[in-house]
Amino acid sequence: MNGSRAAALTVAWRLASFRSRLEGLPAFPIVILGTLALLAIFADFIAPHDPQVGLLGERFRPPAWQAGGSTAHLLGTDHVGRDVLSRLIFGARISMTVGFTAVIFAGVVGTTLGILAGYLGGWVDQVIMRVTDAWLALPALTFAIFLAAIVGPSASNIVIIMALVYWTRYARVVRGEVLSLKERDYVRLAIVAGCSKRTIMKRHILPNVVNSSIVLATLMLGVVIVTEAALSFLGVGVPPPQPAWGLMLADGKKGLMAGYWWLTVLPGLCIMLMVLSANLLGDWLRVKLDPQLRQL
Amino acid sequence: MKRFILRRVGYALLSLVVLSATIFVFVRLTGDPSVLLVEPGASKADIDAIRADLGLDRPLLVQYALFVKGLLKADFGRSFYYRTPVLELYLERLPNSLMLAVVAMAFSLVIGIPSGIIAAMRVNSGWDGAGKVFALLGLSMPSFWVGLLMILFFSVYLGWLPSSGSGTPLHILMPAFALGWYFAAAHMRLTRSSMLEVLGSEYIKLARLKGLPETLVICKHAFKNALIPVLTLAGINLVLMINVAVVVETVFAWPGVGRLFYEGIAFRDFPVVQTSIILSGTMIVAVNLAVDLLYAVIDPRIRYER
Repeated sequence: MNGSRAAALTVAWRLASFRSRLEGLPAFPIVILGTLALLAIFADFIAPHDPQVGLLGERFRPPAWQAGGSTAHLLGTDHVGRDVLSRLIFGARISMTVGFTAVIFAGVVGTTLGILAGYLGGWVDQVIMRVTDAWLALPALTFAIFLAAIVGPSASNIVIIMALVYWTRYARVVRGEVLSLKERDYVRLAIVAGCSKRTIMKRHILPNVVNSSIVLATLMLGVVIVTEAALSFLGVGVPPPQPAWGLMLADGKKGLMAGYWWLTVLPGLCIMLMVLSANLLGDWLRVKLDPQLRQL
Repeated sequence: MKRFILRRVGYALLSLVVLSATIFVFVRLTGDPSVLLVEPGASKADIDAIRADLGLDRPLLVQYALFVKGLLKADFGRSFYYRTPVLELYLERLPNSLMLAVVAMAFSLVIGIPSGIIAAMRVNSGWDGAGKVFALLGLSMPSFWVGLLMILFFSVYLGWLPSSGSGTPLHILMPAFALGWYFAAAHMRLTRSSMLEVLGSEYIKLARLKGLPETLVICKHAFKNALIPVLTLAGINLVLMINVAVVVETVFAWPGVGRLFYEGIAFRDFPVVQTSIILSGTMIVAVNLAVDLLYAVIDPRIRYER
């Protein structure tokens, strides 16, 4: 009885502190990311047409407000007559899925290695950090393109490649934090109390570095989405006929010289809005969650 | 100092080992590398010859040693598509990439430095705010999209600039701007913060106390010192530009090393792809090393830090 009451109190306290933390939440990125998330989840219900199938007779239709456009295709159609609006909506799903899974994947790998390196020290630290440094020295985009070209295009491969390319940034930051955390009194007390290294890392260190990881993850989201778009644009990312925004830009090039602007402007605008939102949210989180990281 | 140099050179070498090992492992992870290395449509005998050449039946470590030995001899193989040694192809394209990077750098500095200084002079004013918006946009708009928008506007609607290719000075303007765009934002941010730091220092206070006009304080006293970190970053970024230009070069069909890399991928020309990534990685590792050493020469504190 007592225990559950204490638990309920903890939950209430956490909720309250969570709410106070949300103060001053920037509206713009939340609205954009929220909308994109909703579009991504309910794409099947919202999208007016099939994103992968087009009618060749309906090629290069301009958006509805331009001469020659129709309300059947609000944002026009592409070079094989697929509905641009539907493709953009389904594209949100791909960008969101790839972006979030890649960022989380990289975050889990990087944070784990960072904690291990920082807490265990010694040769473990040496090995992990040397590899991290070596990895950081490589050109991320070129390396991602190379890996993608070798393993072949698919959304899941892209996620793995992004994680491989970007985990280092987490490892660096997290290790630095752990180095100062492990000198704290509560960690020393835990050692005296006889906690195993594993327990200390899991129960005492990890919760204290999660904030930094989340901030980094938000900032990395933008980088990952641009990289994914670049890979898809070059034809080594998400394979056609899937409606990835980068792929749509590559297809849009076919109508560029003829002045079919909507095929180039709209997908890029979506990428920009998403990246911009992620960056704004990341900047806000950085200040809010982790004052130490401001100097980063 | 000697120890420091040795240490840094060691790290750089380690980076190269990791790079080569990753390439080596990935090529083999995805199946039989002889399939990648052999020309499309090659006969069974050809494949077997490559396989024997690579030593694919021997232990992995021996294979890796062979791979590294080839790299050290600068033996990168022949392009399937062009039928010439890959290194020659690469060096042929490098001047184009360098030219593009230099013009892009000029764009990014011409935009980034003045706007950074203005933002620092009027902190929290409308100018500063505009600068922040510009920096955010610079970081959020993918360079290849900027390039595509420019083609749409300047080539298709206005017809002022050629949309792709090379040859005349006009050809370089759009790709260079698209490439420099992202870096302009980074240079602006750094100029602003470095200028702010310098403006808070004692000698600037003295210059102001002397009664110098503010323009003179900024232009003559603060400018030079504030520029040091920006120019260092610009030096690193120049090399980075050569290596991240892949997408921009593809958009504008600019014949640089990035385009070569992309063609390599498009034509399944594996020796070209592998060489591009190795040389590009080596270049970046070398620049990082040079900057580290240079800093150690300039600032003794770094030398003694472990």
